[in-house]
Amino acid sequence: MLRLERVRKTFNPGTANEVRALAGVDLTIEDGSFTVVIGTNGSGKSTLQGAISGAFSLDAGRIVLGSHGQAADITDWPEHRRAHRIGRVFQDPFAGTAPDLSVAENLALASKRGSLRTLAPLLRGANRGHWRELLAQIGLGLENRLDDPIGLLSGGQRQSITLLMATLTKPSLLLLDEHTAALDPRSAELVIGLTERLVRQSRATTLMVTHSMQQAASLGDRLIAMHRGRVYLDVAGAEKQRLTESDLLGLFTQMRRDDRFDDAACAAVRAHYR
Amino acid sequence: MSLLIATLAIGLVFAILALGVYLSFRVYQIPDMTADGSFPLGAAIAARMLKEGADPVTATATGVAVGALAGVVTGIIHTRFKVNAILAGILVMTALYSVNLRIMGASNLPITAGTLFTPFDDAARAMLGAETTIIGRPVPSNDIGLLAASAIFVATIATLLILFLKTELGAAMRATGDNARMLRALGTSTDRMIVVGLALSNGLVALAGALFAQMQGFADAQMGIGVIVLGLASVILGQTLVGPVRSVSLGVAGAVMGAVLFRLLVAIAIRMGLDANDLKLVTAVVVLAAIVGPGQVKEFRARRARTRLRKEEAHAAA
Repeated sequence: MLRLERVRKTFNPGTANEVRALAGVDLTIEDGSFTVVIGTNGSGKSTLQGAISGAFSLDAGRIVLGSHGQAADITDWPEHRRAHRIGRVFQDPFAGTAPDLSVAENLALASKRGSLRTLAPLLRGANRGHWRELLAQIGLGLENRLDDPIGLLSGGQRQSITLLMATLTKPSLLLLDEHTAALDPRSAELVIGLTERLVRQSRATTLMVTHSMQQAASLGDRLIAMHRGRVYLDVAGAEKQRLTESDLLGLFTQMRRDDRFDDAACAAVRAHYR
Repeated sequence: MSLLIATLAIGLVFAILALGVYLSFRVYQIPDMTADGSFPLGAAIAARMLKEGADPVTATATGVAVGALAGVVTGIIHTRFKVNAILAGILVMTALYSVNLRIMGASNLPITAGTLFTPFDDAARAMLGAETTIIGRPVPSNDIGLLAASAIFVATIATLLILFLKTELGAAMRATGDNARMLRALGTSTDRMIVVGLALSNGLVALAGALFAQMQGFADAQMGIGVIVLGLASVILGQTLVGPVRSVSLGVAGAVMGAVLFRLLVAIAIRMGLDANDLKLVTAVVVLAAIVGPGQVKEFRARRARTRLRKEEAHAAA
């Protein structure tokens, strides 16, 4: 389980570039759920992921991860410590793998997620047969390229492997941050297919940020729309399943309409009618 | 011939320096200035301990350990306190200058006791007599002993380094230089990896310093000046020898070959009349040229191609 309590974050406070990215977010994600997050530009949807993964420290609030006896307040944990329990896939398809290392070496580093890096040979006792099976699932012929430097592969191939690496050790939480946004349409489709399959297989608790209304409508069992650093809409179950792409587009129009009447506009209008 | 053999022996000792620089510069992309202090640090500790009657293995090993500690200090200044890596190195290097003087008690400390090289020296003399001939030229056999010893040291260190870089820890260090964000996302502190890496790098540099002092018969406070640039020259030269490879073994082999070749080139240049005082100037220029050269050539070619195209278009239009 993941629980966010009154989480706040403002970037560059007190400067011209001040951005209130998270304005008090309360959110509980149940184990095994697949939550899709959408939102307007600057709504805080990516900041939300950063707050959970530990990319920056919070101004206020706390974050608790894990259920029952394993629950831990991770608010003050550094990024690498949180990663013991959190698998991540980034928007940049090259960010999740080390290009000079081979496919097998990348997978081996991921299979030892969070454990101490020892002086044991990295690839000794590696389960190459299992890795080949996993790679074959992707369907791009990667099963024969275990010993190639991963830098030789395409963005779609590398993003697929990053997804495998993120789920290899069955983490408590899987964070997907617009992980198909930088791919060509065919690769994006492939990676989304793989995402669905891996999430279903591993039953990983998943939080996926996406810019694609099609993905948001078709994937997941819960949908959260962020707007101005807050949760604007939160639907689950049957209500979520009924949502269509055009419903979501309508939602965006509504959010933009609300936007036109923001605090500043109110103040201006009030001044006018005084 | 004797000069050639002595040059090769020194080149091989500098190959260990190059391996240290390979680790910080090629693996982490940090040109670690600490090397200019940890090289004479290894030398100073070895010389002082030999003077105090320690056996050569202990003296050398202590030099390596304290050199590694210098790397830890630089690493912590850089990662914990977020000081720029080059500045962190410069600070530690400067501090080490005083430390080295303290250790030696003078700016120069001769080594009169037996060294790590002595057994090899003795063995060569026992087998070959005082002098031997190679391709018809006389060579003092202790030079052969020196060369054999350095070759054995370098081969051992290079093999260990290659094996290390293929361990979990070694691969995690490579991944840190390659894509630090990825390694953090896999649950490993990249800060810790950098500290460990700089420790290892400076341990190797200190080993090179300790061996160089024992080979020359003295340690000197000034012997560290320009060591990092020398190491960079070797690594970059080695890289051009083996090509832009991703293989660890070839990268390490390249650094070793680069160091030896660089030493040979220096010996030849001095033989041909280069003033030894100009050596550091020439080295710096060579390193600069090797770093910026390829990019400049590419840019020049692209510009020339554009000009030609423009001329052709103008011609076609006319």
